[in-house]
Amino acid sequence: MAVDTSAQGKTYPPFAYEVGKEKIREYALAVGEDNSVYFDRDAAKAAGFRDVPAPPMFAVVYAAGAMGPAILDPEVGINFALMVHGGQEFVWGEPVCSGDTITTVVECKEIFEKDGKGFYAFESVSTNQDGQEVVRGTWTNIVRGV
Amino acid sequence: MDVGDQIPELRVTPDRFLPHRYAGASGDYNPIHIDKEFATQVGLPGNILHGLYGMGLVARANAAAAGGDPRSLKRLSVQFRGMGLPEQEIVVSGTVTEAVDGSVLVDTVAEQAGNQIIKNAVAELRTS
Repeated sequence: MAVDTSAQGKTYPPFAYEVGKEKIREYALAVGEDNSVYFDRDAAKAAGFRDVPAPPMFAVVYAAGAMGPAILDPEVGINFALMVHGGQEFVWGEPVCSGDTITTVVECKEIFEKDGKGFYAFESVSTNQDGQEVVRGTWTNIVRGV
Repeated sequence: MDVGDQIPELRVTPDRFLPHRYAGASGDYNPIHIDKEFATQVGLPGNILHGLYGMGLVARANAAAAGGDPRSLKRLSVQFRGMGLPEQEIVVSGTVTEAVDGSVLVDTVAEQAGNQIIKNAVAELRTS
């Protein structure tokens, strides 16, 4: 059975996330970060940040609300029982700091079949309250046995 | 950092409850990560680590290699392979493969018990 590629090019509503200092702390502790800029506002400002910065991979936290509806979209038709997260890329721009509002939009970029597997690639673009791009993500999910 | 240099290895042993803390921090509560019984019922060896947690370690090792500033990490691309488990050491290692215009590319892997859980990871770091 061939994969249904009709959702290619589909975009999803923007999702806005307000970044908080204590959520950054929780995330930084979970991944074992120990740089004081993630925990201490004075250290962050001394290092030239507007406020406590988020670790780069905090992108998964503020982008999740935009990615969920895209991955779950029945028109995309991912079979979750057979899905794995195959690959991920982030390209970072302006740092994200506590107090920012980050808005993420997602597009279903590409659906194709290769070696009996379905590949579903989504692109997310996240910008801050000043319109600066903070991260661009490519999320690739692979479904076995399509 | 010059071509051929190794980045300092990052060694981490996630404890038994790390997947639960990462679930809370990230918002990903998929039961394969936090419910051992569910995970074994669907054929996994136990509750497995979040792939994006492993990518977080790869990001951390690369930023640390560039001096620890989060602004040094410009790009990171990874492929998830194999499954990571709690209570076993993860080793993140990498080699500089290219150096151009104040940036380097680092090929990175995350390994656990001889099994590559993240491979073909490429980090682009700002070095100046």
